[in-house]
Amino acid sequence: MITFEHVSKAYGEGHRPALAEVTLQIDKGEFVFLVGPSGSGKSTFLRLVLKEERSTGGTVQVAGRDVGRLRSWKVPALRRQIGVVFQDFRLLHDKTVYENVAFALQVLGKPRHVVAQTVPEVLGLVGLEGKEKRRPHELSGGEQQRVAIARAFVNRPALLLADEPTGNLDPTTSVGIMKLLDRINRTGTTIVMATHDDDMVDQMRKRVVELRDGRVVRDEDRGVYGSNR
Amino acid sequence: MRLGFVLSEMFTGLRRNLSMTVSVVLVTMVSLFFFGAGLLVQQQVSILKGDWYDRVQVSVFLCGSESTAENCPGGAVTGAQRDAIRQQLTDSPLVDQVFYESQAEAFANFLDTYDPSFTANVTQDQLPESFRVRLTDPERYEEIRDQVVGVPGVEDVPDDRKILGPLFSALDAATVVALGLAALMLVCTVLLVSTTIRLTAFSRRRETSIMRLVGASRLLIQLPFVLEGVVATLLGAALASGALWSLVEYGLGRLADRPGFTTKLVGTPEVLTQAMPLMFGVGFLLAVFASLVSLRRWLRI
Repeated sequence: MITFEHVSKAYGEGHRPALAEVTLQIDKGEFVFLVGPSGSGKSTFLRLVLKEERSTGGTVQVAGRDVGRLRSWKVPALRRQIGVVFQDFRLLHDKTVYENVAFALQVLGKPRHVVAQTVPEVLGLVGLEGKEKRRPHELSGGEQQRVAIARAFVNRPALLLADEPTGNLDPTTSVGIMKLLDRINRTGTTIVMATHDDDMVDQMRKRVVELRDGRVVRDEDRGVYGSNR
Repeated sequence: MRLGFVLSEMFTGLRRNLSMTVSVVLVTMVSLFFFGAGLLVQQQVSILKGDWYDRVQVSVFLCGSESTAENCPGGAVTGAQRDAIRQQLTDSPLVDQVFYESQAEAFANFLDTYDPSFTANVTQDQLPESFRVRLTDPERYEEIRDQVVGVPGVEDVPDDRKILGPLFSALDAATVVALGLAALMLVCTVLLVSTTIRLTAFSRRRETSIMRLVGASRLLIQLPFVLEGVVATLLGAALASGALWSLVEYGLGRLADRPGFTTKLVGTPEVLTQAMPLMFGVGFLLAVFASLVSLRRWLRI
């Protein structure tokens, strides 16, 4: 699903590279934790997958496409195969829960009956049935993150990227979100999650890739957050 | 569905920055108004010139019995003098045709042209007989005038250009001023449109970032912003056209309807065919140009 070969990324001359010679393969259907201290390159990794940034060296392949050589007008097609969830949810505050999720389908030009059918399904999946008409500020943090996940998943992407999705949530709520992501993973969606949440990583026992100063220092199946934290 | 989405995004943008939208509309209106006015003044100049050249006839007035001009020491023109003048005119390569207007004909024309209250005290003797000369090339008006002025029996050859020259230069100056103001205001329009788009892009950065993330095409993301600019400037162009049209129709129109006013003025047809297409065209192009420039800077995909 994602293949990095000797990928480097430097923000400007003279700066320490954000990523240095990263080679990594993530297969279809995997659940991967991306761990490491702030500034270790986790977010850069995700941004390269989304083609929000261009790599300064190496090749990035996502879903069989060479992202580095992808024409800019083809980038939207790439992003339609990727769902993204952030620490700060990024919901539209003047839209209801239903409208927030429907927005993702509307901008892709999906017909009205598809929207009307798909949105309630996804809201049911993330456990938000009955809250369609609420606005984001009327929801708890965990519920807002569920809306964000519903929006990321409503288009049934093959890949879901999560950038510290539990970073703003208390441990109990985080467990709920993790269970939800696990459930989405079981539908066949590949998930890459950047996180600082050591308890969560230790509990889940999934593949763990640790980045430090832009390099992969550890890649373990069924790993833990790390001994040297 | 998608068109509906783009339009609803556009109206949201227009509503959210209502004050900016209004200022774009007004600045565009003022700038395009000056632009259109400049075009019309230019049009008026060419109408006047064409009109004048069509009508150019050198009038060679001959001495009458009551003439007091220096060139008429012996009173009325003699038959021999008249024939000599006619011969000189006919021989000139500059002259196309020569018409003779006797005092009786001049008097009849005079009675036709003016109001009876004005003609009551005028007698036939007071009007000069004349040759009316049509030129092969109206531009060479001055040359033929120089040839006949001073010939015995010629009282005067009035130079119409003395009257029309300052008018033409005044109108030319008005054109320069109007187009200069228009250019200045158009620069303001471009800057204002791009500032508005920048503000809109900033106030909607959350929406656009989500649109980018879910894979909306660049067109879909940018089109509402471009349309916002286009709608605002076209609204300005419409207001400017309306203002210009009412000025021409009710301002100049009333002037042209006054009795005795014979000069042809620009009217509604010129506004519709000359000024408005260009005003709308320029407004549209400005909006598209300003939005593309600012989108490149503020809405990278």
